[in-house]
Amino acid sequence: MSSKAEAVSTSMHGAAAPAAAPQTKSMSIIVTKGSLDWAYPPFILATTAAAMGLPVTMFFTFYGLPLLLKKLDLKVTAAGNTAMKMPMMGMHMGLPNLVTAIPGVDAACSVMMKNLIKKKGVASIEDLRDMAIEAEVRMIACQMTMDLFEYSLDDMIEGPELGGAATYIECATQSDINLFI
Amino acid sequence: MADHTLDAKGLNCPLPILKARKALKEVPPGGTLEILATDPGSVADFEAFCRQTGNELVEHSVNDKIYRFLIRHTAA
Repeated sequence: MSSKAEAVSTSMHGAAAPAAAPQTKSMSIIVTKGSLDWAYPPFILATTAAAMGLPVTMFFTFYGLPLLLKKLDLKVTAAGNTAMKMPMMGMHMGLPNLVTAIPGVDAACSVMMKNLIKKKGVASIEDLRDMAIEAEVRMIACQMTMDLFEYSLDDMIEGPELGGAATYIECATQSDINLFI
Repeated sequence: MADHTLDAKGLNCPLPILKARKALKEVPPGGTLEILATDPGSVADFEAFCRQTGNELVEHSVNDKIYRFLIRHTAA
């Protein structure tokens, strides 16, 4: 009889482990970088987490703040980015740091990157941002950065709220995952 | 035969997942969504997606570099 009771409790435990209704977890991301390449990780993770049922908050500060501008014109820079290599002519090519300082090199790198993005079926940042908004990702624009770099909410897409460090910290204390990108 | 089919061929991470999530909303509870993808990373990602969201990954297979997933809409 006791073995029967044990079997029942085991099966209940078994059911509770993987098949249980998923727990609601939440995520926050501090977005600090605004170049084309660095804009990807926060938007990819935010949209994916939202698609997986997590409430997500993105806090845009410093160079991440312009990612909320209505019109995006994102670029990559090869300068100082010694790990940046792109597939070219059957191999991976980088640029010596000195060359990256020549005017037009960043623009050319940006065009190449955008072509690769299109060719490989990678979403544009504009699309990912639209999907984040659609998925009701909460977006907070850092008020201090707005003042510092002289932006106004009129320059930004509709949706972001204004907030500061305390707003973020409150959100972070309630989130299971907190990322700084 | 699946209730809905999503063609995610040629799309890269995270688009197959994002589009699948959207498509699942159109599938009635208990119904199935078939997804076709070419992203090899989508195998691990759809497994994780289903574990996290509570939808059932009924089957997945690969044929001629096309990955096929069948997901049952079992989550709330």
